[in-house]
Amino acid sequence: MAALESPPPGTPSAMRHAFGSVLSALILLLIGVLAFSIRLFSVIKYESVIHEFDPYFNYRVTQFLSKNGIYEFWNWFDDRTWYPLGRVIGGTVYPGLTLTAGTIWWVLNSLNIPLSVETVCVFTAPVFSAFASWATYLLTKEVKGSGAGLAAAALLAMVPSYISRSVAGSYDNEAVAIFALIFTFYLYIKTLNTGSLFYATLNAIAYFYMVCSWGGYTFIINLIPMHVLLCIVTGRYSPRLYIAYAPLVVLGTLLAALVPVVGFNAVLTSEHFASFLVFIIIHVIALVYYIKGILSPKMFKVAVTLVVSIGLVVCFIVVAVLVALVASSPTKGWSGRSLSLLDPTYASKYIPIIASVSEHQPPTWPSYFMDINVLAFLVPAGIVACFSPLSDASSFVVLYIVMSVYFSGVMVRLMLVLAPAACIMSGIALSQAFDVFTASIKYHLSGSSNSKDDAEDKTSTNNASKDDGSAGKTDKGEESAKERSSRKGKKKEREPADKPSVKSKIVKKKALVLPFEASIVALLLLIMLGAFYVIHCVWAAAEAYSAPSIVLTSQSRDGLHVFDDFRESYAWLSHNTDVDDKVASWWDYGYQTTAMANRTVIVDNNTWNNTHIATVGTAMSSPEKAAWEIFNSLDVKYVLVVFGGLIGYPSDDINKFLWMVRIGGGVFPHIKEADYLRDGQYRIDSEATPTMLNCLMYKLSYYRFVETDGKGFDRVRRTEIGKKNFKLTHFDEVFTSHHWMVRIYKLKPQKNRIRGRAKKLKLKTSSSKSAKKNPWI
Amino acid sequence: MAARIWILAVVVAVFLSLSAFSSAQDLQIVNAERRIDLSSQIVKAFLTLKVENIGKDPVAEMLLAFPPTQIKHLAMVQALAITGKKKKKTYLPLDVKPSEQPDAPNDAGFFIVSFATPLGPGETVKLEVLYILTHSLEPFPVEITQSESQLVYYHDSAVILSPYHIKQQTTFFKTPSTRVESFTSIEPANRAGKEIKYGPYEDRTPYSYTPVIVHFENNSPFAVVEELVREIEISHWGSLQITENYRLTHGGARHKGVFSRVDYQSRRSISGASSFNALLAVLPPRVNSVYYRDDIGNISTSHLRTGFRKSELEFEPRYPLFGGWKATFIIGYRVPLEDYLFEAPDDRRYLNFTFGCPLVETIVNKLTVKVVLPEGSKDPSAVLPFTVNQDLQVKYSYLDIVGRTVVVLQKDNVVPTHNVPFQVYYTFKPIYMLAEPFMLVSAFFFVFVASLAYVHIDLNIAKK
Repeated sequence: MAALESPPPGTPSAMRHAFGSVLSALILLLIGVLAFSIRLFSVIKYESVIHEFDPYFNYRVTQFLSKNGIYEFWNWFDDRTWYPLGRVIGGTVYPGLTLTAGTIWWVLNSLNIPLSVETVCVFTAPVFSAFASWATYLLTKEVKGSGAGLAAAALLAMVPSYISRSVAGSYDNEAVAIFALIFTFYLYIKTLNTGSLFYATLNAIAYFYMVCSWGGYTFIINLIPMHVLLCIVTGRYSPRLYIAYAPLVVLGTLLAALVPVVGFNAVLTSEHFASFLVFIIIHVIALVYYIKGILSPKMFKVAVTLVVSIGLVVCFIVVAVLVALVASSPTKGWSGRSLSLLDPTYASKYIPIIASVSEHQPPTWPSYFMDINVLAFLVPAGIVACFSPLSDASSFVVLYIVMSVYFSGVMVRLMLVLAPAACIMSGIALSQAFDVFTASIKYHLSGSSNSKDDAEDKTSTNNASKDDGSAGKTDKGEESAKERSSRKGKKKEREPADKPSVKSKIVKKKALVLPFEASIVALLLLIMLGAFYVIHCVWAAAEAYSAPSIVLTSQSRDGLHVFDDFRESYAWLSHNTDVDDKVASWWDYGYQTTAMANRTVIVDNNTWNNTHIATVGTAMSSPEKAAWEIFNSLDVKYVLVVFGGLIGYPSDDINKFLWMVRIGGGVFPHIKEADYLRDGQYRIDSEATPTMLNCLMYKLSYYRFVETDGKGFDRVRRTEIGKKNFKLTHFDEVFTSHHWMVRIYKLKPQKNRIRGRAKKLKLKTSSSKSAKKNPWI
Repeated sequence: MAARIWILAVVVAVFLSLSAFSSAQDLQIVNAERRIDLSSQIVKAFLTLKVENIGKDPVAEMLLAFPPTQIKHLAMVQALAITGKKKKKTYLPLDVKPSEQPDAPNDAGFFIVSFATPLGPGETVKLEVLYILTHSLEPFPVEITQSESQLVYYHDSAVILSPYHIKQQTTFFKTPSTRVESFTSIEPANRAGKEIKYGPYEDRTPYSYTPVIVHFENNSPFAVVEELVREIEISHWGSLQITENYRLTHGGARHKGVFSRVDYQSRRSISGASSFNALLAVLPPRVNSVYYRDDIGNISTSHLRTGFRKSELEFEPRYPLFGGWKATFIIGYRVPLEDYLFEAPDDRRYLNFTFGCPLVETIVNKLTVKVVLPEGSKDPSAVLPFTVNQDLQVKYSYLDIVGRTVVVLQKDNVVPTHNVPFQVYYTFKPIYMLAEPFMLVSAFFFVFVASLAYVHIDLNIAKK
C-alpha cells in the first residue's frame, strides 16, 4: 500500500503512468494470490473436504449437475429428502454457485485436467474471493481512484468476515455472491460515471448472476433504488443516472424472473417494490427535465400545476390498489427472512425456525471486532473522506455502508455484506491518509530546496489518478464536456478533461499540509494499524475459521486427537443400510446425510416446511412409544442423534433440544415447553422434569451412557444425568461412533397382532389415544 | 444321516465311472500326506505325494483331481518336484495347467502336472502340491450377535480325491483354536489340540470320496475385498503413482441385532471377537505420498512404517467391520520410477511390479490392475506367470491429446500367493515427455501475443 502512494520521482509522466499501471497490475495479482492462499489454511491444517452443512447440499447438487447435465438439473425432483414430500431442487435452489462450479469442472475436464467435482467445489470459494478483491479494486477505483482501490482490495482479500464464508471447502452461495454483489455495484457506479449503455447492460447481467447466486440480491435491488432516490432528492439527477438505473430495472427484472427460484417473485413481492416505485419516479423526473428543456419557464409552471394535480390523483389510486394487494397477503408480501430484517424481533416472535439458527441472531460487539477488526475504526474516516467532495459514486458507498451496518446489526450472517463496504471505506480512508501524510512529508523535505513545485506536482498527480472516476465533483458547467469525453470509454482520454479541476484542488490541498514529525508518527501508526489487521486476519484464517466442522480436533498432551465421528457414521449408514432406508434426524444433519450417506431424510437444512420439521421435533420430544408411532408413520427406519456428552462436544442435540420442543410445540400444542423446564431452567440432571427424562431425545442420547464411567457424567452439561439405567422398548441401538458423537438407532419392527378380545380392546383405546398425538394418522 | 446318503451316492457314482477311467492308469500313489490349514479364511492345503509308474511306458504328466465344490473356489495350484534326500533337497517347480477331462465323474475338475522328465517305468517321484481355496469356510450359524464367536463348517473328503490308486494316505486339519464343535468321524480319526487327523487309510481305489465336515471356531478376520482396482500410472518424470480402490466386506457370519459401542469398547475380547478393525498393507519400500481416504474424505487412523525391504501401512476402516458390513476406501502412494522401470535389451522398456493385493490375508474376488503407460507409448504387452484377462483401454489425463494406453489385467479369486512380479513391455520415445510443457509454453505465448495485438489494434469504428 505504502509503495503505491509514492510513484518514482523524476521520470516522465508517460513512463510513470505505464510503470504505475504495471505496478498496480502486479499488486492486484499479488492481492489475488493472497486472497486465494490465505483461505487454504483449512486444506493445509485439515484436508481438502467440503465444510459444514449447506456446502454439502451444494456439492451434491453439483455432482448431480456434472453427471446428468443442465436439463436434468432443472427438472430434478429429489426424492431423497423431505420424505415423503420430496423437493424440486431445480426450482428451489439458487443455481449460480452450482452452475459456476459445474462450468469450471466441465471446462477443466474438456481440457483433460481430471480434477474431481469435489476438488473444484472446494476451491471455488478461494478463487472467487480473489475475483471479489479485484472487483473491490474496480469499485473503489471508480469512487476514489486506484490508490484507494488497491488499499480496499488488499483489505478485502483478508477481511475475516469474508474469510469465514469463503475458506477452501466452504462451498456456499456467499462464496460467489459477494463477488457478484461487488461487481454489480462496480458496474452500476461505472455506468453512473460514464453514462454508457454498454456498462448498463453488463450491469444487468451481473445483477442476473447475483440473482442466480444468492437470496441477498434483494439488497442490491433495494440499495440501488435508494441511491437513485437520494440522487434525485439531492438534485443530482442526470441522464447518466437514468441510464444507470432504468435498464437495470427492466433488464434485471426480466432476467431475474428467468431464475426458477425467483420467477414471478421478481415482480410480485414487496422486496422488489421499491425498485419499481423509483423506476416510476425517475421517469417522471426525466419527463420533467425534458419538458423543462422545451418549454419556457412560464409555460413550465402551468404544466407543473396541471401534471401535479392529475399525477396526485393517479398516484393515489395506484397506491391504494397496491396497498390493498399487499395487505391481502398474510405476510404483507414480505418473506420471513426479510421481515425479520425490518423488524428484528419478528422471527423470535413468530418463526422459531429462523430464530433457532445461530447465524440469524443479532451480532455482539466482539463479533464486530472479530470480523472486521480495525476496519470498524477506519470506516468513519472513510465516510468523512467520501464527503470531501461528495460525488454520485461516493454517496453510493456511503449509503451502502449505512444500510449494511443496519443489516449486520440485525443478523450476524449479514456481517458478510458489511465487510466489502467496510473494506471500501477503510481503503479510501487509508489511501487518503497516506496521501495527506506522504504529501506533507514530501512538502517538508523539499521545502528547504526550491523544489516546492515538485511537491505540488506530485500531489496533483496523486489527485489526478484519484479523480479519474469521481466525475460527480466537477461542477455543472463542465458536466456536458466531461460526459462527452467519458463516453469515448477509454481511461486515457479522461485525464486532460480533469486538468482544470485538479488545478483548483491543489489550492485546497495546500491547507492540508501537516507538521513533519506529526505526519511521520501518523504514518508509522497507520502502518502499525495495518500490521495489526494483517496479523489478526491471518490468525482468524488459520485458527478461527479453518475448521471444517465435520472433523473436530483437540490438542492434548499426547498429541493431536481427531474426532471423525460424523463421517464414520455417515459411512456406516451408506455402506450398511439399505439404499432406500429413511433416516430421521434433526434438520441440521439432513444435508450431510443425503450427501455423505446417500440416504433419504425426513427434514433437512432447507427449512421450507415448518410442519414437517415440527413433526420430527414432536417425535424427538415425545415418549418412546408415541415417537415410534410418528416415525413409523413416516417410514423411518433409522434415527440418528448427535451426542456430545462423552467428549464434551457442545453443539449436540441435547443442547438444541429446546428448539425442537419449541418448533414442535408451535404446530402440535400438546408439546409444551414448560414441561421440559424445571423452574424455567433447562436441565438433564436428577432435578429434570419427568417429561424431559422420558422423551425420546434424552433416551437415545443417554442410552447405556452410564456404563462408560459408572456415573453417567455429561461433559457438556457438567452434571450427572438424571435417569441412568433404562431400557429401550421401541428402538435398537445399531451403531454408535467411536467417540459416541453419533448414535444411530433402528426402529423395532411392528409387533404381531394380538388375538383375543380383551387385548384388542386395549389396543383400540391406546391407538385412538395416540392418534390424537400423531399428526400423520 | 444326510452325510451317509451322500457317501453312498458318491461311492455308487465312483464305481460307475471306474470302469471307464482306470484303464489308462499307469501311475499309482504310494504315499500321500495332506495337511490342510484352516486357521485363516484362506484354506491352504499341502499335499505330499510319492508317485510311482507301474506301467510299461514312460509317463510325462499326472492329473490332480478336485471335487466340483472345490474347483470353483480354487485360487491357485502349485506343484514342486523334490529330488535329493533330507538336507540336500532341491525343489523344482513344475508346470500346472487346468484341464478338461471329458469323462470326469461327477464334474470333478482336473489339473495336469507335467513332470520335468518323463517318469520311466518303475520310477518314483516325490511331489509337493500346494493348493489354496477361498470362500470354503461356511459360517454356521449364519447370523451371530456381537458377543458370539464365529463358527464355521469346512467340507472336504477324508481321503484324497484322485484318479489314481493310493496305497496309503493321511489327512491333517489344523484349526485356529482348540474349540472344535464337531467333526465327522471316519475311523481311524482323532483330534489332538488344534489338529484333527484322518487316517492312515490304506489302498483306496481311484475316485474314492468320503465327505467329512469340520465345525470349528474361526475368529480370524474374514476380510474379503469384493473388488479391487489398482491403477499404476507411469510418469517418465520420475515416479510411479499407484491408486487402489477397495470395496471391502466382512465375509464371515452375518451380524445380527444391535451393535453396542459400550460393549465393544469395554469388553473387546468377548464382544466383537469375530469383527476386525485393523488391516495391514504391505507396500513397496521407498514409498512416499501415501494417502488413505474414501469418498467423503481422509480417514485418520493409519500408521506407516517404511523399511528397506518393505513398507507397512497399518490402517483402520472408519468403523469396525462385523459380519456382512461393508466399507470402501482408497489407498494411494508413489514410488520412485527407477526401482520399477527398466530397459529391455531390445530397446523396449518394461515395468516390473507386483501383481495382487497388498493387504495381508485377504481374498480378492475381482482384481483389476490397470497399467497406465505414458502418452505416446506403443506396442504394450504384459507378461504374467498365470493367466489373466487382458484388455487395452485409453485414458485421458492431464492435458492429453491422444490419450494414454492402459493395459488392463483382470483376474478373479486372488489370494496373497498371487503377489508375484509381472512385467509390462512397451516402447516410448522420450521426446513425448516434452509435449505437454511445450503445449503450456505455447499457450502462454499465444495469450501474450493476443494481448499485445489487442492493445495495439484500434477497434473503434468512428474516427476520433
